[in-house]
Amino acid sequence: MNAVNIQTEQTPGYLFISVLVNSNSELIRLINNAIKNDLSSRNPTFMCLALHCIANVGSREMAEAFASEIPRILVAGDTMDSVKQSAALCLLRLYKTSPDLVLMGEWTSRVVHLLNDQHMGVVTAAISLITCLSQKNPDEFKTCVSLAVSRLSRIVSSASTDLQDYTYYFVPAPWLSCKLLRLLQCYPPPEDGAVKGRLVECLETILNKAQEPPKSKKVQHSNAKNAILFEAISLIIHYDSEPNLLVRACNQLGQFLQHRETNLRYLALESMCTLASSEFSHEAVKTHIETVINALKTERDVSVRQRAADLLYAMCDRSNAKQIVAEMLSYLETADYSIREEMVLKVAILAEKYAVDYSWYVDTILNLIRIAGDYVSEEVWYRVIQIVINRDDVQGYAAKTVFEALQAPACHENMVKVGGYILGEFGNLIAGDPRSSPLVQFNLLHSKFHLCSVPTRALLLSAYIKFINLFPETKVTIQEVLRCDSQIRNSDVELQQRAVEYLKLSSIASTDVLATVLEEMPPFPERESSILAKLKKKKGPGAVSVTELEDSKREGGELNGGADRGPDTSALSTPSPSADLLGIRSAAPINVAPVSAGSLLVDVFSEAGPAVPSAAVNDDGFLRFVCKNNGVLFENQLLQIGIKSEYRQNLGRMYLFYGNKTSVQFASFTTTVSYPGELQSHILSTKPVEPLVEGGAQIQQVLNIECLTDFSDAPLLNIKFRYGGALQNLTLKLPVTINKFFQPTEMASHDFFQRWKQLSQPQQEAQKIFKANHGMDTEVLKAKLLGLGTALLDNVDPNPENYVCAGVIQTKGQQVGCLLRLEPNAQAQMYRLTLRCSKDSVSRRLCELLAEQF
Amino acid sequence: MIKAILIFNNHGKPRLIRFYQYFAEDMQQQIIRETFHLVSKRDDNVCNFLEGGSLIGGSDYKLIYRHYATLYFVFCVDSSESELGILDLIQVFVETLDKCFENVCELDLIFHMDKVHYILQEVVMGGMVLETNMNEIVAQVEVQNRMEKSEGGLSAAPARAVSAVKNMNLPDMPRNINIGDINIKVPSLSPF
Repeated sequence: MNAVNIQTEQTPGYLFISVLVNSNSELIRLINNAIKNDLSSRNPTFMCLALHCIANVGSREMAEAFASEIPRILVAGDTMDSVKQSAALCLLRLYKTSPDLVLMGEWTSRVVHLLNDQHMGVVTAAISLITCLSQKNPDEFKTCVSLAVSRLSRIVSSASTDLQDYTYYFVPAPWLSCKLLRLLQCYPPPEDGAVKGRLVECLETILNKAQEPPKSKKVQHSNAKNAILFEAISLIIHYDSEPNLLVRACNQLGQFLQHRETNLRYLALESMCTLASSEFSHEAVKTHIETVINALKTERDVSVRQRAADLLYAMCDRSNAKQIVAEMLSYLETADYSIREEMVLKVAILAEKYAVDYSWYVDTILNLIRIAGDYVSEEVWYRVIQIVINRDDVQGYAAKTVFEALQAPACHENMVKVGGYILGEFGNLIAGDPRSSPLVQFNLLHSKFHLCSVPTRALLLSAYIKFINLFPETKVTIQEVLRCDSQIRNSDVELQQRAVEYLKLSSIASTDVLATVLEEMPPFPERESSILAKLKKKKGPGAVSVTELEDSKREGGELNGGADRGPDTSALSTPSPSADLLGIRSAAPINVAPVSAGSLLVDVFSEAGPAVPSAAVNDDGFLRFVCKNNGVLFENQLLQIGIKSEYRQNLGRMYLFYGNKTSVQFASFTTTVSYPGELQSHILSTKPVEPLVEGGAQIQQVLNIECLTDFSDAPLLNIKFRYGGALQNLTLKLPVTINKFFQPTEMASHDFFQRWKQLSQPQQEAQKIFKANHGMDTEVLKAKLLGLGTALLDNVDPNPENYVCAGVIQTKGQQVGCLLRLEPNAQAQMYRLTLRCSKDSVSRRLCELLAEQF
Repeated sequence: MIKAILIFNNHGKPRLIRFYQYFAEDMQQQIIRETFHLVSKRDDNVCNFLEGGSLIGGSDYKLIYRHYATLYFVFCVDSSESELGILDLIQVFVETLDKCFENVCELDLIFHMDKVHYILQEVVMGGMVLETNMNEIVAQVEVQNRMEKSEGGLSAAPARAVSAVKNMNLPDMPRNINIGDINIKVPSLSPF
């Protein structure tokens, strides 16, 4: 480029770049040279412009070109102040985009000394840089603490006229003070006594100044003053070591809670939230409870109300839990929709955490369901049931209260669920009262039945069968209900099955058997409150403090106290946010009841389907392996099964790893592989495994596989072992699918379409249109299609959104060519999948398998 | 860090948009729309901070805004900034504009948008605050104005660009650069 011409158009040129050119643009490379010239010119305006440009673009190429140059400019003795300012921020920008290119060196120590610079503007810019650098390498920048303290104390003690231009509405350098206080928050309290003394003095001065009458009536004056004050308070909270200052801070915030300025009320509530977690000031915060409750009720601004609710949550403890929970409940009735779900979770957690008396807890949660039923998630009502089941003393009360709650003309479905479960378990405790005799209870529940969704109805059916056990006198009525067409011929398979099975069970089994099968639920193992896990998930990590977590664990222990725990509770209590709360999915048959009839009972609430015999085929893991070869196939509290497999042509080898998760030995461990139906994918050799698996040990088994012809069923793996005297029996589908024997085939566009046309017979094509189960991310889709084993062909389909794949399935006897086309529709979140194969059964099977994958 | 500075009028028409974090064009438009939607329905006497914009950075981010006559000044910042400090910063920015334009109004932002960018550039750089002293900012801007005047200003740029291309020493350039179709329409602006 012509340097002379560029020189005359500098300003518009740079403006153009900063506004219109983004960091990915090709043009950037062309201007690097011009920037270099400007940087080396001695004209401060040109240098500033160049630095601005680098900071605005901030691309990696820029960093490569200038990362070594800018630190030099920054610390050089003869650089103008305005250039230093720009250089500091420019360096910060480059450090943020490519930290690896900005090398620490001897300039780092000199950067710290910029805090002492005469020019306040330079300090302002440098402090942003220092804050960022010291967050990444705290040790190297430790010296900045004492420098920052002395700078701060000079500003704080200066009169409002000393700093002239940097005095903003009679407040000396407010921005810089805030930044200095922020920088100090990156470090623990200074160890040097003198420095610390000086800092405490500063903080006291700032707190004192807040009490002085304002020097101006303008809002800017109070804003600037309070900006410093709030930063000082967060520093005090951060140190959490000066009880005196903490209490003063709290009182100051208390004043702000009633300030007429909404901004101050908002910020005061926010700061107080963090203050509440400090042991020194928790009590002081609690004195403001009335004001905060008042804010929750009367505040017009939703942002402020949200803060007030957060603060109430934070200041809650045993002494005020009842009051706070009551207030939050009454607020819920009018709360904004956007925050209701969070409020519900918070109320549920507080109620559980600080429940001394469990009848109060049950009351609270039932109220919660009544007021905001739609926002009560599964976790919340699971939890109340868990607690009721684990606590003998509250069961009668719970039964009575739900019974009363259910009498309301309209009650929420969640209430029906809780009611059904609790009456089914503990209805006998209130049956003595003629007003809640068995038949009345049953009729009450059944009056809600027709208004409920399928899962709730399923739950109610289970409650009915439990009634038959609890109250033999209701048997005839209930059998009648089960027998009527709307149950036994229900179009929903789940309901129908339950009705049929319960009917048979009630008529065939003797009372003894019935009593065993329908015994009261065993206590739940102790675990982290799943509600808390949910709140954490909602708010992101870090939202719930560690102390709170530990707290809840301890409290959880109390809640579940007295639970008779099996040897495997440690595995059961693994906190996992997605863990099914009742722990009764696929794992149920194995971990709870050794008697097979018992497993039926446990399983009645699972969504997978009732009364599956314990040897039921578990194929949860199966579908996950269609597009991948390695991973964990199955896991429960006792056993983990991992898989590693590789395939070549029509041969494959699969390594199975069986891990014993308990500390107890598994005896007579045997595995057998069987091939249902016409399955001919031969497993050639399976060496029998060791019969003993020690606690915590893992054993390995190898399967060699040959594909003789195409197949659609998968081989089954049956595992039997004894654990603590009980025989465990488990059957899994081995993830051997036809697509494992794919050979990828690359082909050009017209080849592909020619073949596509050749496979035009209707039975050769299989098509399915289905909804996306997972996100429609391109990279994920590609990875899945590659994992399938086919070749993913680019530039074949005229529509670039579509995916096209080709491959040949190798069996011993023949080869089957397959073409695949997947058309995503991002708007409707749907896919259309089309497969054409030279063998029609293969098309159909692949289509079925793949439809579950996306 | 300041993630974005948005200025729009009471009808949601953007007047100055500056992102300090890369967003694709359509994302930017969406952010502006959403922000306007959030801010415009709030009363004047509620607080100046709000959370809940879903587009930039999630929970660690706040909108801090001020409403002046026909314009909303919205700063999107993360939690490392002091809320009241940013309010002051908006005030400094507006007062500076006022000084430079003498009673600044919406029209100044439309017709002198390059100038507004220069001023902003002296206040915030790459998402960080460069200078809070009004006199210093004005002085810097004036130096640039003088320089630009000697260059002839933005409106003269296209003509000079043409002559620059004509005078370009072509053999020095690789000949096969294909920049594609670039159509830049420069609005006719009044000279400063």
